[in-house]
Parts: sequence; C-alpha cells; structure tokens
Amino acid sequence: MKKAETSPVLLTSKKYVKQSQIRIILHNLRKNTGAMIGLGIILSLIIVSCLSDIIFDYDTEIAGINIADKLIRPCREHIFGTDDLGRDIFKRVLYGAKYSLGVGFAATMIGMFIGVIFGSIAGYYCGLAEDIIMRCNDVLSAVPSILMGIVIVSALGASTFNLMLAIGITSVPQFVRITRAAVLSVRNQEYVEALKATGMSEARIIAFHIIPNCMSPIIVQITLRIASAIIAASSLSFLGLGVPVPAPEWGSMLNLGRQYVRTASYLTIFPGLAILITVLAFNLLGDGLRDALDPKLRK
Amino acid sequence: MAETILEVRNLKKYFKTARGMLHAVDDVSFSIEKGHTLGIVGESGCGKTTTGRCILRLVEPTSGEIYFEGKDILSLNRSEMKSIRKDMQIIFQDPFSSLDPRYTINQALSETLRVNRIRTGKKAIEDRVLELMETVGLAERLINTYPHELDGGRRQRIGIARALAMEPKFIVCDEPVSALDVSIQAQILNLLEDLQEKLGLSYIFITHDLAVVNHFADEIAVMYLGQIVEKAPTEELFDNPVHPYTRALLSAIPIPEVMENRPQTLLTGEISSPINPGNECRFAKRCRFACEGCRQHCPELVQIKPGHFVACSRTGEV
Repeated sequence: MKKAETSPVLLTSKKYVKQSQIRIILHNLRKNTGAMIGLGIILSLIIVSCLSDIIFDYDTEIAGINIADKLIRPCREHIFGTDDLGRDIFKRVLYGAKYSLGVGFAATMIGMFIGVIFGSIAGYYCGLAEDIIMRCNDVLSAVPSILMGIVIVSALGASTFNLMLAIGITSVPQFVRITRAAVLSVRNQEYVEALKATGMSEARIIAFHIIPNCMSPIIVQITLRIASAIIAASSLSFLGLGVPVPAPEWGSMLNLGRQYVRTASYLTIFPGLAILITVLAFNLLGDGLRDALDPKLRK
Repeated sequence: MAETILEVRNLKKYFKTARGMLHAVDDVSFSIEKGHTLGIVGESGCGKTTTGRCILRLVEPTSGEIYFEGKDILSLNRSEMKSIRKDMQIIFQDPFSSLDPRYTINQALSETLRVNRIRTGKKAIEDRVLELMETVGLAERLINTYPHELDGGRRQRIGIARALAMEPKFIVCDEPVSALDVSIQAQILNLLEDLQEKLGLSYIFITHDLAVVNHFADEIAVMYLGQIVEKAPTEELFDNPVHPYTRALLSAIPIPEVMENRPQTLLTGEISSPINPGNECRFAKRCRFACEGCRQHCPELVQIKPGHFVACSRTGEV
C-alpha cells in the first residue's frame, strides 16, 4: 500500500531525475574552444539557411540577372562584389549555405542509415553474412568517391536529390566499417547475453541496446562525413553535375568565377572561403566530439 | 523425495579451434532437486561457465539432453524456448559488464517486464520495479541511476533483480560474487539465500571458491577440464574427499588461524590441453597417484557411497 502511494510522486518528482547524457557531453565539449567555435559557425549557418528564403527573394536577388551592375568590386553596397551577371555575391554565398548544408546532412544521413544497418548485421552475425557485406564494402570503397559520384549522377541525371544520393552512397563504406567495429566490441559484452537470457529478440537487442552503445564513433563519423560530403557536393557542382546552374551552390559559383580568376578574383575567393570555413567548422566539431564522447579522455 | 527440476545428461560442448576440437564440457551429467543448490567448482577454464550457459541455451551444446521440469529443452524451438526462459535465469560474474551502461535501473527492469509481458500497464510495471528493488535491497532513490554511478554490490543487485523480474524457478549463478569485495560477497550470498527461502528457487552455483559453496550448496560437483571428477553432498565432500584433485582443492582453502600448520597438497605438473584430449585420465599429469592405468583410459564416474560419485580409477587404493 505504501508503495502504491509513493511511486507516482517518485518518478515524476525532480528529486530522482536521471542525469542527461547530452548534458554531460555538452559539458565536456564546452571546454574545447575549437569545437565550440565550430559549433557556433554551424549553428549560424543553419540559422542562415533556414531564414534565407525569407530574407532574400530568389528570383530577383539571387538568380535575377542585372547586367548593369556586373563585375563590381567589393564595395559598401556589395561587400563581396557582384558577378558577371550582376548578382550580389554576398547574398549568393549566404543563400548557398542552404544547398551545401542540406546536401551534406542529407547525404550523410543516407550513408549512415544504410551503413549502420549493414554494419550492425555484419558485426552481429559473423560468418557468411559478414563476409558478403564486407567484401561488397571493399569493392565499393575501392572506387574513388568522386568517380562514383560522377557515375551515379550521370546515370540518374543532375539534380539536387541525385547529388545527395550519389554522395550518400559513397559514404556508406565508412559507416559500415565503423559500425561493424563498434558492434563487434559491444556484442561480446555480458549484458547482451543477459538480455538474450531474458528472452529478448535479437532485433530488439541490436536496435535498442547494441546500436545505442555504438553511437559515439558513429556521431563523430557523421560530423566528419558531413564535411567531406560538402566538399564532394561542391566538387560535383563545380563539374556541373550537382545542383543545377542558376542556384548559388558554392561549387558552381566557383566554376562560374573560374574564367575571371585573374581579373575578378573575388568571384572565386568568397565562395571558396565559405566552403573552407564550413568544412573547418565541421572538422573542429567532429574532433571535439570525439574527445567529448570518449570516456577515456574525459576530465 | 523432492521433485527434480533440472536434469542434465551427457552434456557436451566442443569448440572448433585452429588446433582442433576444444572439449569445453565433456560428458557432464547431474540433476537438481527443487529448492536445492548444486555448486559447481573448478579452476578457470574447466568448463563450469560453459555448462551454465548451455543449460540456458546461450551456447548451443554439441550433444546431450537437458530436461527442465521433464521437458527436453534442447528440442524446443524459438518461441517455446522463450516461454521456458522465464523459468530459468542467469546472474553473471561481472556486474560491470552485465548491465547496459545506457539504461537506468528503472529502464532496465521495466524493459524486461514490458518486453516479456510479465506486467502490463505503466502503473503495474512501475510498482513491480519498486517491489523488485526492495526485494534485492536497493533504495528507492536509486531508481533513475545509471550503473556507472553505483558500486559493484549494488550493480550485482540489479543483475539479481533483473533475473528475478522474470519470476524464475531456477537461476544459474555464474560466479556471482567473485568480482566483489569480501564484505559485499557476504551480503550478496545472504541475499541469494533469503531469496531461495522466500521464493523456493533452485540454483546452480558456479564458483572457484570452495568456501562460498560450502556455505551455500546442498551438493557439489567438482569439475576438471570439462568433466565432473567428483560429486557429493556438501558435507560428505568436505569430510571425505576422495578424488586427488578435490583433496588438493580443499587443502588450498586458507584457514584464518595463526600458526595453524597442516599438510597442504600442492599440485605440480602441467595442465593437460583440453584440445583433442586422449583417452586418459585428464588429471593424470598432475596427480601424485597416477599410474600406467590412468594414462590408458578415462575413468568413469562411479558411486562409492550413496550420493557420492568419483571418477578415479585408483579409488580405494590411495
């Protein structure tokens, strides 16, 4: 009787709240200046991409041609200058964040999703399944990722979605390998056996116990893969295989500015800097997360 | 005569290794009565743990029969096995690795209850979690703590609570106290004893510590390299050990008395390899009494007194 009265209070009261894992990680991350700078840059880029359609009018300000203003050097009115079609580069660079981040996130999620599924299968069920998955993985990772991207995009046609798909597929092998390694180490822990003994299904054990315990290396891999996905997306766009032209993707802006490199270098410098800073931010965050998530490096 | 809850017949488990078949468990038979405890003792690598895992089918045995309440559990399929798992549970040796570090006590216990539909409904599950925690002596305030915030004894209590959540009739205790401090060992042993009394549980108690089983078990089986070499009721085994290996083990128990001198049997020689063992007494290489005959055939378990079984070809001679 006593318990029936106390228990509802007990679980809802603030007294026995469990420590949040995210708070612990953030606490560790806060000590790492580089990672915090990276996080700050990424957060502001995310805000900019969310607001870009509200701030800018795509048809007139971003893609609209205004020959009268072409190739203006950076000045007070156009702080990054204008391109050969008279479009403001500052606005285009800001607007372009949306493409780079979007493609980077989406491609990495595709890669992670496929990679974690196959990786955990390979890690959990040794034997034939593992051999097949890992050998296919070896084949996939032997193909240079840009080449792979070019093949997929030219087969499916250049569009933003196909670009995400292409880059996503090229990042699958990394995720398979990392997930498999992590699952292998968790799989032999006694608690997995204990859960089996309590009659839990293997699918449930993998999904709710093994994968959550493998998350740290996967999270780190996600941040680092987003960085390389952004580079890959820009490279493919530079080659004309990515986001279709009038859109201010940073890679395609580089391509447009290429012919003016000697006379109007600001056409390439600013989109290039944008790529550089974004990638750097993700790498800083990734390194910081790696340290924050590694229990051995704590404190 | 009490009812038999578990009977194991000719259990074998061989592992394939690069150098041949490793005989981890080789032809082991025993049975346990309801409410009783069988202690399995032996040194590291003698197959005690594998035996325990085979019984729960966490490891598939190579051959043999295991009857739980008269049902041959090795012939059961997945879903039938699932229902019988409720009655058989295991407590692990290392409380640091046997709990998922990302689950609080509450999450771990309520998941077990929910997944196996032992309790349904939020309220019923929560009540049962608190009840289990009280049963194993965990304070209510620990309900939302993670395993890494607790000490070894408390973690082992969670392990016990998790096993009890299934409402089992039989528990394999796989060295449940060997990773704990001595003072906490006693607490956990007392807890297990109380639970046995209260819930009528039967145990297999696997350990390498004879002092622990002496206190705990009704019957003891001594294993050496995958085989049972001697099996007897606890008192009989301690008073009248017959197998040379059992004698050596017993003489190794420290006596907490100053200046107490007593003859110790020290084992010399090399442990035979469990990989592809020949047809010989597996203890022969370390046995003082080994003769030609010991190296030529493997002795069978023979009853020398009611309930006292020994596998030694020189029983009576030495």
